[in-house]
Amino acid sequence: MTLTARIQKRCGSFRLDVDLAAESGEALALLGASGCGKSMTLKCIAGVEQPDQGRIELDGRVLFDSEAGVNLPPQKRRVGLLFQSCALFPHMTVERNVAVCLGRLAKQTRRQRTAELLALLRLEGLEGLYPRQLSGGQRQRAALARLLAAEPRALLLDEPFSALDSFLKWQLEQELRELLEVFPGPVIWVSHDRGEARRNCRRVCVLEDGKSAPAADMAELMANPGTVSAARLSGCENFVPVRPGPSPGLAEVPTWGLTLQTAAPWRKGVRTLGLRAGCLRPAEEGAVNAFSCRVLRAVEDLFSMRLALRPETAAPGAPLLWMELSKEVWSALPDRTRLLAAVRPEDLMLLE
Amino acid sequence: MDWFPLYNSIRIAAVSTALVFFLGIFAAHYIAKAPRLVKGALDVVLTLPLVLPPTVVGWLLLLVLGPRRPLGAWFLETFGLRLTMTWPSAVFAAAVVSFPLMYRTARGAFESFDETLTQAGRTLGLGNAYVFWHVQMPACRQGILAGTVLAFARALGEYGATSMVAGYTPGRTATVSTTVYQLWRTGQDALALRWVLVNLGISAAVLLAVNLLERKEGRA
Repeated sequence: MTLTARIQKRCGSFRLDVDLAAESGEALALLGASGCGKSMTLKCIAGVEQPDQGRIELDGRVLFDSEAGVNLPPQKRRVGLLFQSCALFPHMTVERNVAVCLGRLAKQTRRQRTAELLALLRLEGLEGLYPRQLSGGQRQRAALARLLAAEPRALLLDEPFSALDSFLKWQLEQELRELLEVFPGPVIWVSHDRGEARRNCRRVCVLEDGKSAPAADMAELMANPGTVSAARLSGCENFVPVRPGPSPGLAEVPTWGLTLQTAAPWRKGVRTLGLRAGCLRPAEEGAVNAFSCRVLRAVEDLFSMRLALRPETAAPGAPLLWMELSKEVWSALPDRTRLLAAVRPEDLMLLE
Repeated sequence: MDWFPLYNSIRIAAVSTALVFFLGIFAAHYIAKAPRLVKGALDVVLTLPLVLPPTVVGWLLLLVLGPRRPLGAWFLETFGLRLTMTWPSAVFAAAVVSFPLMYRTARGAFESFDETLTQAGRTLGLGNAYVFWHVQMPACRQGILAGTVLAFARALGEYGATSMVAGYTPGRTATVSTTVYQLWRTGQDALALRWVLVNLGISAAVLLAVNLLERKEGRA
């Protein structure tokens, strides 16, 4: 079983151009900044929005094909969509919200199946409550129970935890992962949180300004993003224009007035150097890729320090260089206004 | 005291409200989703009866329903029914005048309705009609109820268009409002006062009902 979607849609000046495929039993992460078309993509697959052009297929069933004039109504697609807002029916109790999607069953089996689903999502005792009486986590679990009641062949999760606080989010994420492990069909998990995507999905498809990149291995994308947007999603903080240095293995960063050694070979199309804040470290004189910086600001984070640096050789108006280091290292620094920072050649990312 | 005008008023208002209830919801449902230009144009046409003088509405209705006009003549010939100067003709007048109230309140409710609920229902396999009647309508219940009560109250108090289309025939087309006018015109102030009091009572009851409904809604 596979879900493939090729979608083109124009909304005003925004153009959505997505091409993705998710295998059954797999969760594909759809990662992108807000407003890049993630939710629209899911809505097109579920059938509540119509693409201008394209083809959507699930298990060899054509759900949408602009050329053949096929456009199955959402009811016939058997694609479950978990909304960011849960979209529980506000005037129905939790039990009714689930039971209403089991209309195809006889009364007795319907009651039984409803109870099963509510138990599966630990909603016992809340059957008679209305959605507004539930907590955020309970609401999301009720929405999941309702979703499973409809017996979808594919699941689309639209930032399922965006409304939850971090502790609840972590708990619910574990539960959802357990559910997904036994779900036989393909899953598309929309997120803007790289951690969430990394923990739950093996493969990822990055969406930027409505355009999708070919799906990549999640670990590979984090280690070696290739493009600026992917690097940004992977959590990289520092970006600066780069050009080839005087000899192979050297890259020149005019903004900072530096020439740095890189491990990756230069490739065509590279314009930007990406540098993770956590990859910078205080160094001794004479270390590889070491340069002297002034510390403009030190921000205390929960478990680390973030320093805003300016290389001594930087051009005026150059963007700040962010460095992250442990609080122990910070407190051991002899001089907190000036330091020698270094980065290993293999930590420099050449980006398109 | 002859209670016919009260019976007639309620009968006219009830039938016209039933009519306007479905027509108003139907129009509101489609226009809420229509493209901007269509929406603007239809909105003007459908809201006009709210701002036009009732006499203008009455005159326009006579233009369509009159016994010598195409529709009125056809109806008279086919069914042997006059569309003017009968109590059902007052239903037309009341319906046209109260329609905008139903339509506008329902449209407001539909526009503020969270569209993802419909989308969720449809992806869960629920039929479009089911989603409309069991998800969207209950969610918009308050606006629709308010529109219905307002339309009923307006139909009950309708005078201008009604008097032109249905006239005043005691025991046949007389309503509370046309009776009050007729009694005042013929100097029967004492009787007129009784009907005025009846009217005040009904209006107060309607407003009380609206308030009670709103309070119940707030609690639920």
